[in-house]
Amino acid sequence: MKNQNLYKYILTIADNSLILAHRLGELCGHGPNLETDIALTNISLDLLGQTRSYYQYAAKLKGESNTEDDIAFLRIEREYKNCLLVEQPNTHFGYVIGRQFLFDVYHFMLMERLQNSPDETLAAIAKKGIKEVSYHKRFSSDWVKRLGDGTEESNKKMQEAIDDLWRFTDELFYMTDSEKAIAKEGIGIDVSTFKEKYYEEVAEILKEATLTVPENKYFTKGGKEGVHTEYMGFILAELQYMQRTYPNMTW
Amino acid sequence: MTETAHIESHLIPVLKTVSDPEIPVLSVLALGVIREAIEENGVVKIKLTPTYSGCPAMDVIADDLKKAFSEIGKKAEVELVLSPAWSTDWISEEGLQKMEEYGIARPLSESHDKDVLLGEKKMVKCPQCGSTQTHLVSQFGSTACKALFKCDDCLEPFDYFKCLK
Repeated sequence: MKNQNLYKYILTIADNSLILAHRLGELCGHGPNLETDIALTNISLDLLGQTRSYYQYAAKLKGESNTEDDIAFLRIEREYKNCLLVEQPNTHFGYVIGRQFLFDVYHFMLMERLQNSPDETLAAIAKKGIKEVSYHKRFSSDWVKRLGDGTEESNKKMQEAIDDLWRFTDELFYMTDSEKAIAKEGIGIDVSTFKEKYYEEVAEILKEATLTVPENKYFTKGGKEGVHTEYMGFILAELQYMQRTYPNMTW
Repeated sequence: MTETAHIESHLIPVLKTVSDPEIPVLSVLALGVIREAIEENGVVKIKLTPTYSGCPAMDVIADDLKKAFSEIGKKAEVELVLSPAWSTDWISEEGLQKMEEYGIARPLSESHDKDVLLGEKKMVKCPQCGSTQTHLVSQFGSTACKALFKCDDCLEPFDYFKCLK
């Protein structure tokens, strides 16, 4: 393959969307009420749509007979480049919202920049995606505020979720070698440039939600290098089951 | 590609017969998702753009387009294009009217859309009774492109087509 770095770069963005879409998809029919159930699965669908566009592009770069499905279903765990945050389980509704919120703020800032990439395909996907992501961010921020500034119980659960998920936020700004190379070429985004802005915006919304910004400075990472938490294997077992059991099956 | 769709006029009658499976009263032309339709050496080449990235209707629409042209003995190739991104401005006035008759409230302007989705203003017109005394139930509705509203006068729930620009 000619552009190995670009291929890997696309996956670091797309795998986040795929795995988060999968996590949200698990909630279909299990949301706390009908409206939030529909909202979470709508977000899942948007993310899955974005994933498909990225994977189609990546498959084209890879050439031969590769398709988006091969990339989605036939890689081993170490080859998935998503960050650890998105693979965390649906512990409870506040946790789902916390995970979504911490990702959406990042995702929006990334799309904002990627839409100006000189790479036409990436720019087109980002331009389309940012409209959807702005809805996601509005939804998750609203719920962080509602739960944080809600009852004593909802505040406690929301705070616990943010405290627990906080350790995965630093990885959002970790850059793999491929990311660095593509950023250097001017095609990809140097995510470190909006790290400060990210924490500022998150803090602002947490404050509005009467929540405390965690002071924890212990961060864990690895997902972007393919070293995942224990949850990833279970996700892939479900995600890949059909293709592994009935190779090349189609609907 | 510009914002105006390039569609050869002799293909329009067939394109008009294909509709969005989620909003059957709207043809793909009225919805503005056909960005280009030309005939080259007997093959109809169509460029289709999704309303939302994950819109599951796109695969169905692509199949329906191929089927519609095969019925008049023509082969059609459908290509999905993402840029420029679809906007609700591309829905034709006729399409908007049909949508309202079908029971889906039409998208407001971008700034008004924000106001109603944040629940700050009551502006969305109930497609059943015409009252603007309506409120947002959920920012996300039955499909990616719609939000859920309820009329405070006739009490009917209804879909609102979100503004996308």
